[in-house]
Amino acid sequence: MLEKIILIVALFSVTLLIATYLTLAERKVAAWLQDRIGPDRAGPWGLLQPLADAGKMFFKEDFIPTNADKWLFIIGPGIAMFTALLTGSVIPWGPDLEVFGTTVELQVANVDVGILFIMGIVSIGVYGIMIGGWASNNKFSLFGAIRASSQMISYELAMGISIITIVMMSGSLNLRDIVEDQHGFNWYVWKQPLCFIVFFVCAMAECNRAPFDLPECESELIGGYHTEYGSMKLGFYLFAEYINMFISCAVISAVFFGGYNFPGMDNFSGNTLAVLGTLVFFGKTFFFIFVFMWIRWTLPRFRYDQLMHLGWKKLIPIALVNMLVTGVVIAALSGWFSGEKPKTAEPMQTKVKTEQPDKRLSMNTNTH
Amino acid sequence: MSTELIIATVLGGLTIGSALMVVLSHHPVRSVLYLIVTFFLITANYVLMNAQFIAIVNIIVYAGAIMVLFLFVLMLLNLSKEDEPRSSLFMKVAAALAGGVLFLVLFAALKDAAIFAPQLATPHDESMGLVKNLGHLLFTKYVLPFEISSILFIAAMVGAVLLAKRDKQIIE
Repeated sequence: MLEKIILIVALFSVTLLIATYLTLAERKVAAWLQDRIGPDRAGPWGLLQPLADAGKMFFKEDFIPTNADKWLFIIGPGIAMFTALLTGSVIPWGPDLEVFGTTVELQVANVDVGILFIMGIVSIGVYGIMIGGWASNNKFSLFGAIRASSQMISYELAMGISIITIVMMSGSLNLRDIVEDQHGFNWYVWKQPLCFIVFFVCAMAECNRAPFDLPECESELIGGYHTEYGSMKLGFYLFAEYINMFISCAVISAVFFGGYNFPGMDNFSGNTLAVLGTLVFFGKTFFFIFVFMWIRWTLPRFRYDQLMHLGWKKLIPIALVNMLVTGVVIAALSGWFSGEKPKTAEPMQTKVKTEQPDKRLSMNTNTH
Repeated sequence: MSTELIIATVLGGLTIGSALMVVLSHHPVRSVLYLIVTFFLITANYVLMNAQFIAIVNIIVYAGAIMVLFLFVLMLLNLSKEDEPRSSLFMKVAAALAGGVLFLVLFAALKDAAIFAPQLATPHDESMGLVKNLGHLLFTKYVLPFEISSILFIAAMVGAVLLAKRDKQIIE
């Protein structure tokens, strides 16, 4: 119990810290890509810049427009922040750690349906934007909210299908099982490159990052869904976006790039492996964050119909065909087409167990 | 009272309360928001029954997708309390009748169900609601209803696409 509390607090603070410094990293990367220096006034290399920004956000006037729906206006950023922070709880951050003789699992909740949990949280993340955008009672905010919701719904489909492909490969919905399955250098990205590309594009769209930042596209919608927001409420929205980016990158590296697995990991064991694995995992995550920023400052924004076209007519068919091929290959490898009796993954011994819910069901819906 | 029973009672009360607020609240958008809350509470009930898979699918499908579309449409229409059409007496009577008939059907279905759920008496099987058992059951015992309902879904989807595409549109 105690180690879980420590882990939760640690995860919470690490996530917030990383999100804080991602704002600085973004500006530094942007500066680098555009051949500028970037923020360098506050502290050495501008390291205190996020603190200055946060101070500015906090001391600004907290303003609620007259015609806004007051409660929903407040709840919106709260939901955005809440859902952003929740996802990290099912990600396995590293191999088991041994502290004072007890084994500590570096994962807050080892949920059996971990990957679906992430999909679920991602799908409710859009409410923060929708509610905030609608409650502002502003045309531009409403447009931003509507764009965000249709974009997220569209890209969730392709994302879900690519996740199903990975689940078919690993045979488990549990994130730790999926990561354990990629031991050493046996990463899923080598077997499923297409799936990775689809997932990567969808993750970028789900984070509302350029080139998919139509919901807050300033050339058309001023600030999009957060036009009316100021002070720390705006800060929450911006912050949630960075946390989402961090978490998506962590999910990408866990599902496709082996998480805490790295080549040559069998030479280490125990706590050394745990620390090294965690460092490797964060290294991969930061690499993908850099790629996200790189893409943002390189590619121009899509037009809205191009965005929908890409989601529905390109990514979903690609993901579907990929899933079909994967299914056929898996079936062929387990001997479905060679004429012998198919090797079922589940032996018949669970039959006794599975009879029970059935009995219960008929008891509850007994109509005669 | 065991802890589980207390939690179940409180959850049940909250669920019914928020479901009532869906009907009672005047603003359509607020109704939908209460409906979302209701779905979350139903999910909590599933979790209490250890049906993790159903719980999370409920979130993904209902709270995450269908309700977003509901909210989407209502926000686009931007209904407010003033321009809500006043329903006539005939409409009210018809609505009450329809609701009453639905209630009758529900009552008939639940009439013989045991009030105290029988599964609490039997030894609680922890792994019952997990994905493995559910999937096994879906692909063996209930494979026919499962496949038929998927075909129905596909038919509905094709129908929706057909309706949307009836007038030939030129997008590009």
